[in-house]
Amino acid sequence: MTAVELPTPSLGGLDLVPTTEETQKAKDFTSDQEVRWCPGCGDYAVLASVRSFLPELGLKRENIVFVSGIGCSSRFPYYLDTYGMHSIHGRAPAIATGLAVTRPDLSVWVVTGDGDALSIGGNHLIHALRRNMNITILLFNNRIYGLTKGQYSPTSEVGKVTKSTPMGSVDAPFNPVSLALGAEATFVGRALDSDRKGLTEVLRQAAAHRGASLVEIFQDCPIFNDGSFDVLRKGDEVQQRLIPLTDGEPIRFGNDGEYGVVRAASGGLEVKLISEVGEDALVVHHADETDPTQAFALSRLSDQDLTHTVTGIFRNVERPTYDDGARAQVTAATEQAQQRGDNLQALLTGKDTWAVAPTPDGEA
Amino acid sequence: MSTDTEVGAELPDHLVAHGEIRQTEVKQTHRVVIRFAGDSGDGMQLTGDRFTSEAAAFGNDLATLPNFPAEIRAPAGTLPGVSSFQLHFADYDILTPGDRPDVLVAMNPAALKSNLEDLPHGGVLIVNTDEFTKRNLGKVGYESNPLEDDSLAPYQVHQVAMATLTRTALEPTGMSKKDAERAKNMFALGLLSWMYHRGTESTEEFLREKFAKKPELAEANILAFRTGWNYGETTESFAVTYEVAPAALPTGTYRQITGNLALAYGVVAAGQLSKLPVFLGTYPITPASDVLHELSKHKGMGVTTFQAEDEIAGIGAALGASFGGSLGVTSTSGPGVALKSETIGLAVALELPLLILDIQRGGPSTGLPTKTEQADLLQAMYGRNGEAPVPIIAPASPSECFQAAITAARIALTYRTPVFLLSDGAIANGSEPWNVPDASTLPDMSVEFATEANAPDGSGEFWPYLRDDDTLARPWAVPGTAGLEHRIGGLEKADGRGSISYDPDNHDRMVRLRQAKIDGIPVDDVEVDDPSGQAEVLVLGWGSTFGPIGAACRRVRAAGLDVAQAHVRSMNPLPGNLGDVLHRYRRVVVPEMNLGQFAMMLRARYLVDVRSYTKVAGLPFQAEELAGVLTDAVKGDLPA
Repeated sequence: MTAVELPTPSLGGLDLVPTTEETQKAKDFTSDQEVRWCPGCGDYAVLASVRSFLPELGLKRENIVFVSGIGCSSRFPYYLDTYGMHSIHGRAPAIATGLAVTRPDLSVWVVTGDGDALSIGGNHLIHALRRNMNITILLFNNRIYGLTKGQYSPTSEVGKVTKSTPMGSVDAPFNPVSLALGAEATFVGRALDSDRKGLTEVLRQAAAHRGASLVEIFQDCPIFNDGSFDVLRKGDEVQQRLIPLTDGEPIRFGNDGEYGVVRAASGGLEVKLISEVGEDALVVHHADETDPTQAFALSRLSDQDLTHTVTGIFRNVERPTYDDGARAQVTAATEQAQQRGDNLQALLTGKDTWAVAPTPDGEA
Repeated sequence: MSTDTEVGAELPDHLVAHGEIRQTEVKQTHRVVIRFAGDSGDGMQLTGDRFTSEAAAFGNDLATLPNFPAEIRAPAGTLPGVSSFQLHFADYDILTPGDRPDVLVAMNPAALKSNLEDLPHGGVLIVNTDEFTKRNLGKVGYESNPLEDDSLAPYQVHQVAMATLTRTALEPTGMSKKDAERAKNMFALGLLSWMYHRGTESTEEFLREKFAKKPELAEANILAFRTGWNYGETTESFAVTYEVAPAALPTGTYRQITGNLALAYGVVAAGQLSKLPVFLGTYPITPASDVLHELSKHKGMGVTTFQAEDEIAGIGAALGASFGGSLGVTSTSGPGVALKSETIGLAVALELPLLILDIQRGGPSTGLPTKTEQADLLQAMYGRNGEAPVPIIAPASPSECFQAAITAARIALTYRTPVFLLSDGAIANGSEPWNVPDASTLPDMSVEFATEANAPDGSGEFWPYLRDDDTLARPWAVPGTAGLEHRIGGLEKADGRGSISYDPDNHDRMVRLRQAKIDGIPVDDVEVDDPSGQAEVLVLGWGSTFGPIGAACRRVRAAGLDVAQAHVRSMNPLPGNLGDVLHRYRRVVVPEMNLGQFAMMLRARYLVDVRSYTKVAGLPFQAEELAGVLTDAVKGDLPA
C-alpha cells in the first residue's frame, strides 16, 4: 500500500458542510425540550449565544451534530434542534471522532464540562486535540461538579471546601488552556459565559478553523460554586484582571490600557505598568505563530485566583487533520482498487488455492 | 518415491553421501501430527505456517495450533521462551490440531523438555543437537544430556546438527555465522518437507516474496530450506518417508485460512453486502490485533480503520460512526470488553448497530494473553449495568468466522443493536482449509435509512423510537437527513417519541421492549448429530470446542457406543429447539474452557441437569480426554 501525502488544510472548518440559502433564526435551532438547568446557571447564557450564533454559519441544520458527555452542560444537545447525542461520561470526543472521520459533510461539536473533559475524559480530550480532529469542543468550566451535587473538580482551586473535601481540596488544578496547548491543539480560545460578544467571536473563529478547536468557557454554577467568576464580571477591578487578546496587536489592558504584557527575565511573560516599561516592551499577539511558546506563556498568566485572566484566541494555526488524512487514504486506496478491478471474490479467493473436483460419479 | 536427480544435483558436495541418491521406504498414512518447537526467536510460527501452506496446497485437510508465550523474546533458551506450532494434516476431514504429535521437532533443550511429555512412545523426535550445550542444558535443569543418556530410548530419535549444517551450507554466501544459523528453521522445514513428500516450489516462492527487498536473504533461506530437504534425501538416518494423500473434501476451491483472517474478510464482506462504509475503531490487544492489521489493508474496499487512544475510544468512535450511518465495528479481547462495557450499554440504549469482535483469551485480568479460553461468555451476556441484552454469535472453527461476522453484522443492522462475536485464541490463530464461498451467493444486506417523518399522530414529527412491528427495531435516521433532526442519549427514552422520560411505566415497558427485540431474533435450530438414534448422552458445545468434541464423538462411536452431538452458534438468543433437544436425552454433558458458564445458562433457562466438563489450561481440549469423559458418561459415570 502506497503512502498518501496528507492534504494541507487549505479548507476551512466547515467548507465541506452543505449550506442553505434560507434565513435562519435562533428559534430555528431551539428544540421543543424544556430547558432544565437551575435558574441563574451560566449554561443559559452559553445556549443563547450558540443559538443566535449558529444561523450565522448558514449551514443546513440537519448537517450539524452536537455530541456531549455527562454533566449539567452535557444536556446541551437536547436544547438545540440539530442532530445530537448525549453520550457517556468523558467519551464525547471519541464518539465525535468516529462521526467526524466518516462524515466530512457534518459540522461536529462537542459540549463538555471540566469534570467530563478533564477528569474522566482527559485521555480522549488530549488525543482528539493531538490528532487535530475537525471538531469544535466547548468546555464549560465551572470548577465544580454540579450534577453530582457539589464535589470539587479538576479545575477547582487548592483548598476548596466541598462536600467531598470538608477540610479543603489538596488537589492541584489543571489550566485547561495550558493543557490543550500541551496536547498540540491547533486552536485554543477562552471566553466568559456572560460575554456574548467575546464568546461569539471565539466561536466564529473556532468554527472556521479546520481541525480541533478547544474553547474554554468560564461558566457560573449558582448552586454549588456561586459567583466563582464574579470578579471578572463586576466591580472596579474587572479591567485590571481581564487580558483580552487581539491578533496582531500589542497585549494591553486596564481601565485606561495602562497595563501591558512583557517578556519576563524567566523567559515567560509578566504584567507591567506600561508607564514603567514603555510601549515598545509590549509583546504582540500572533495567534497563528507556529511555535506555541508564547501562547503557552499567555496561558500561564491566567492565575487560578483570577488575578489575571487572558481571554480570546490563544492559538489558531494550520496543521493537517486526522480525518482529512484518513479519508485521503481511503479515497486513494479506493481509486487504486478500482483501477486494479479489486472485488470481494478476488479478496476471498486470494492467491494460494487448490481445487477439489467432483469425481466422475458426482461425489467429491 | 521417485528420486529427483535435479534436486540431488544441487546438493552441497559434502552432503552427497555416496555420490548417489538412495531409495527410501515410503509409508502411506492417513494423518500426521507434527509439532515444531523452539525458542521464540527460532521462527517456529513461520516454519509451522509454511508447512501448513504446503499441506494446504497439496490438498490435505488440516488444523493448526500455534502456541507461543506472551513475551516477544523471553530470555533465549529458557522454558518460558518456548514457542511451538502444531499441525495436523490428513487425507480425510479432521476436526482438531491433534492431541499429541507423531513428530516432534525440538530446536533446543527447552523445547525438548517442555514438549517431550506430549510425544507418545515410538514417536519421531528430531533434535537440533547444536543447541544441546552444557550451558543450555543447565538453563532448563537437565543434569545430563538427554541425547547422551538413555532417556530418549522410547522414541525414534534423529539427531541433526541443524545450525552447523545450515551454517556450512551458507558459507559461500559470505553471511556471518550468526545470520546464517538463523536460517536453521528453514532447514527444519526442508527436512520435514522431504519426509512428507511436499514440493519445494511454494515455499521458495514465498521466501522470494517475503524477502523481495533483500534477495540475498531470500536466497540464503532457500538454500537452507533445500539443504534440509537434501539432508533427508541423502543421509541414511531417515529410513522412511510418509505420504498423506489429499483429503476428499466437498467440491470447491479451497484456501487455508486463520480465524482472524476469516473474521476480517467477513467484516469486509458485511460492508460490501450492506453497501455501507465500514469503520473499525479499535486498540491493539492480543489475540485480536491481526483483525486490525488485516482490515487496515482494505481501505480500497470501503474500510476505515482507526487505532484509538484506548479501548473505550475505539468503541466510542465506532459507535459515533454508526450514528453517522457506517457499519461500526470494534475488535478486542476480554480485558478490552471490560473497558468497553459502558459504551456497549450506550449502544443498547441508543439502539444503533455495532459489531463487537471479542477474541477471548485466558483471564482474569491480563491473564494468559496468547492462550485460549471461553470465559467471556457471561461477560458478553451480562457484563453491563441494567438490563442490557446483546445478541451473541460464536463461530465453531477458523473458517466459520467469515459467515459468523456476516451474520453478526446482519443482526446488528437489522435490529439496530450491538452484537457480540465470541471467537477465541485457538480459532483466531488456528487455521484450516476453507471452501471459498461464491461472493455472488452471499445475502444482500442493504439497509434503509429513515427519510421521512413518522409520527403516528400526523404531527409531521420524527419519532426516533417508533418501532418496526416485525423486528421491533427503531428507525436509523442519520445526520444530514432534513426534517429528522433528533437527540438521543443514554437517558431513558419515551417509548416511540424518544424524548427523555423518567416515567416508571415507560421504563418498565422500554426494558421489556429491548429484551423482546433481542429475544425475537430468529435463530437457526440446533442440529443434532445422533447417527444411531439410540444415544442417551448428548454432548453440547459452543465455540472452538467443536473440533475436539467432534473428534471425541468419533472415537466413542468407533468403540461401538452411542453419543449424540450438538453445537450452539447463537448464544443469545439460543436456538428455539434447544430446550426440546436437551430434554430428549437422559444425560447432557457440556465441555467448556471455563468453569461452566454455558452450563449455568442452560440450567437456569431449561431446568436441565446438564453436567459440566471444564478445563481452563489455556489450550484446547484433547479429543482423547473428551472421549474418556463421554465414554464414562455413556456408561453412566457423569462429570460432577
